[in-house]
Amino acid sequence: MSVELLADKLSSSFIVFENELNGETKTDLHRIRRESMAHFEKRGFPSIRQEDWKYTSLKPILKHDYKVFHKGDQALDFSDIKKFFIHDIDTYKIVFVNGVYSSWLSETTHQGYDICTFSAALRRHRDVTNQYFSKAADNTSAMVALNTAFAQEGAYIRMSKGMSAVKPVEIIHFTTEEAGSLLNQPRNLIVLEEGSEVQIIERHQSLGSKPVLTNSVSEIFVHANASLELYRVQNDADTASIINHTSIQQHRDSRVRTAVFSLGGKLMRNDLNIAFLGENAEAYLDGLTLLDDGQHADHHTRVDHRVPHCNSFEMYKGIYDGNSKGVFNGQIMVRPHAQKTNAFQQNNNIILGEKASVDTKPQLEIFADDVKCSHGCTVGQLDDEALFYLRSRGIPEHEAKALLLYAIGDEVIGKVRLKELRNRLHKLMAKKLNVDFQMEI
Amino acid sequence: MLHIKNLHASIEDNKILKGINLEVRPGEVHAIMGPNGSGKSTLSSVIAGREEYEVTEGSIEFLNEDLLSLSPEERAHAGIFLSFQYPVEIPGVSLTNFIKTSMNETRKAKGLEPYPAKDLLKKMRDCLELLEMDKGFLSRSLNEGFSGGEKKRNEIFQMALLEPKLAILDETDSGLDIDALRIVASGVNKLRSPKNSFVLITHYQRLLNYIEPDYVHVLFNGKIVRSGGKELAHELESKGYDWIKQELAEV
Ligand SMILES: Nc1ncnc2c1ncn2[C@@H]1O[C@H](COP(=O)(O)OP(=O)(O)OP(=O)(O)O)[C@@H](O)[C@H]1O
Ligand SMILES: [Mg+2]
Repeated sequence: MSVELLADKLSSSFIVFENELNGETKTDLHRIRRESMAHFEKRGFPSIRQEDWKYTSLKPILKHDYKVFHKGDQALDFSDIKKFFIHDIDTYKIVFVNGVYSSWLSETTHQGYDICTFSAALRRHRDVTNQYFSKAADNTSAMVALNTAFAQEGAYIRMSKGMSAVKPVEIIHFTTEEAGSLLNQPRNLIVLEEGSEVQIIERHQSLGSKPVLTNSVSEIFVHANASLELYRVQNDADTASIINHTSIQQHRDSRVRTAVFSLGGKLMRNDLNIAFLGENAEAYLDGLTLLDDGQHADHHTRVDHRVPHCNSFEMYKGIYDGNSKGVFNGQIMVRPHAQKTNAFQQNNNIILGEKASVDTKPQLEIFADDVKCSHGCTVGQLDDEALFYLRSRGIPEHEAKALLLYAIGDEVIGKVRLKELRNRLHKLMAKKLNVDFQMEI
Repeated sequence: MLHIKNLHASIEDNKILKGINLEVRPGEVHAIMGPNGSGKSTLSSVIAGREEYEVTEGSIEFLNEDLLSLSPEERAHAGIFLSFQYPVEIPGVSLTNFIKTSMNETRKAKGLEPYPAKDLLKKMRDCLELLEMDKGFLSRSLNEGFSGGEKKRNEIFQMALLEPKLAILDETDSGLDIDALRIVASGVNKLRSPKNSFVLITHYQRLLNYIEPDYVHVLFNGKIVRSGGKELAHELESKGYDWIKQELAEV
C-alpha cells in the first residue's frame, strides 16, 4: 500500500463515518471535523520535505493497509495485561481495546469530577466539549487535522474547581493480535478547573505482532492555580508506532509537569506545545529516550511565553544504541511583552551505537529583553575515564556502562512524583540495559 | 607477586615508559618517587589496565598470571587496586550503589553469592569509621563535589572494603592535611600483612614516616634509574633530583 492509497482510504472512510453520524452532521463539532478533513486532504501526510518532519520519515509506517474502524469490545484477561498498569496502587483507569472503550477493564468516576471517555463527554457534556474541543491543538498540522476529523473516542478528564483526584488516572490503549493492523486515533480532552489537581499516566500497548499506528491528540486546559502531572510511558512493541500531539494551555499560577519515556516502539513522534496564557505559571518538560536497533524517536516541543512572569524548565535526555535515531527540536518563544520570563532548555545525548545518530536543534525566539533564557545541547559518548574508574573497581564493562547510563536516566526518572511509577521506570530501564541492578535511589 | 619486565608503553605514539623492571614480593612496600611527568601515573594506569596506553614491549605478571591479557575488571578481581591520583567524579551514581556493585561483582567473579545487605552495610560503616568519614558520604554521588582530601580518603575507604592483594597508591598523600595523612596511613597499615603488598607513589618523605617502605625507587624519564632502601627517600628529600640527573648525564 502506498501513502496516497492510505490517504484515499481515509477520505472514503470519512464519508462512511459521516453517514453513521445521523443528525450529528449539523453540529459545530462536525463542522470542525469536516474542515479538518478538508485540511488533511489538502496537505496530505507529512513528508520529509517539511521542516518539521525533516528527520522523521513516515513512509515506512504508512505503507500498511491499516483498518480505520474497529468493532466490538474484545475481551482481555486482566491477569494478562496487569503488568502494564501501575498495579501496586489503586488508580482510575480508562482502558481501550482496539480503540473501543472497555468498561470491564476501566474504573471511571463522576463523583466530584469526571473521569470517563471522550464519547461519553460528547453525549453528556456537550457544553464542555463545545467550549474546548479543537481550541488548543494545532490544526494546521495534518496529523492533528486527521485526528480531529475522526475524533470520537479517547479519555475525558474534567477536574472541578478545587478538587484533587484521590488517585492517579491511567489511560491505556491496547491493541490485540486479532484486530490486525490498526490505525488508532484517540482524542483526549483534559480540563483542570481552578485550583484542581490530577496525575495522569498514559501508555499505548500493542499485544500483537501486526503493525499498529496510533495518531493521538490531547488537548489540555489548566486553569488558574491548578496542577497537572502527565507521564507518558512509551515502551511499545517493535511493530507499533505513535504520533502523539499534545497542546497544553496554562492559566495564571498553574503548574504542569510532563515527562515522556520513549523506551520502545518502531517510531515515536511527540509534539508537545505549551502556551502560557496567565502569569506566574510554570511548566516542566522532561523526556528520557533510550533506543535500540530499529527504533526512532522524535521530540518536538514548543513553549510559548505569551505573558510575563512564567517559568519553563525543559530537560530531554537521550541514549541511542544500535542504529537508532533520535530527533530533538525545542522551540522557545518569548513574546515581546513576556518580561521576567525564565526559560531553560537542556538536551543531552549519548551515542552508543556506531550507526546511531541524533539531530538536535534548539530554537530560541526571544523578543523580550528582561528575561533569563538558556539552552544547552550535547551529543557525546560515555566518559572513558569514568568507565575505567568503575572497571578498575571490579565492575565489568557492561555493568559499568549500564551504571553510567542508569545515572543519566535517573536524572529524569528521579523527577517523577509517583513512587510506584518511578520504581517501574527504574526496572524498565535496567531491563533495557540488560542488567540486574537493585539500586536504592 | 608482581613482576614487571622491560616494560615499554606509549600513548598516541609518545613513548612514556622505556623499560621498567620491578619486582614486588608478598608483604613488601615499595615507594616510587620521581619528578613530574616521569611516568609514575602511566605505570600505575598500565598496571590497572587503562586501554589508552599501548604496551609495546615487555611483560607484567601478577601471581604468575599474564596481567596484560586481563581486562581492568579482571585485574581488580585478581586483587589489584589503584588509588587514583585524580579520582573521577561520577554524578548520579551514589557511593553506596557503587560500592555495592563493586563488591558484589567482585564476589560474583569469585563464584560467591552477593553480600547480605546487612553485612555489607556494617562493613561500610566500619570502614567509614576507620577513615573517620561521615556516613553522609554514602548517599552522595561518587566523588562529586568532594574536596581533594575527601576524594583521597574515599579511595582508601574503597581499598579498605575491597582488601586487595596489591594496592597502588598514586599520590594519595598529596592534598591531605596532617590529620588526614595519619588517618589514611592507618588505613593502609591496617591492611598490611605478609600477604599484601603496596606500591606508594609519592613526592614526599612525610608519608613514608607513617608507612615505612622496604624499597624506594626513582623513576626518571620512563625508567627506574635508582633503587635503594628507605634512606634513599631521605636523600631525595634533602637533595632533590638534580644530583641523580647529573649522575645520569655523566654516564
Ligand atoms: N595522552 C597523552 N599524550 C601525550 N603525552 C601524554 C599523554 N598522557 C600523558 N602524557 C605524558 O606522559 C608523561 C608521563 O605522565 P605521568 O602522568 O605518568 O607522569 P607522573 O610521573 O605521574 O607525573 P606527576 O608527578 O606530575 O603526577 C607526561 O610527560 C605526560 O605529559
Ligand atoms: Mg602522576
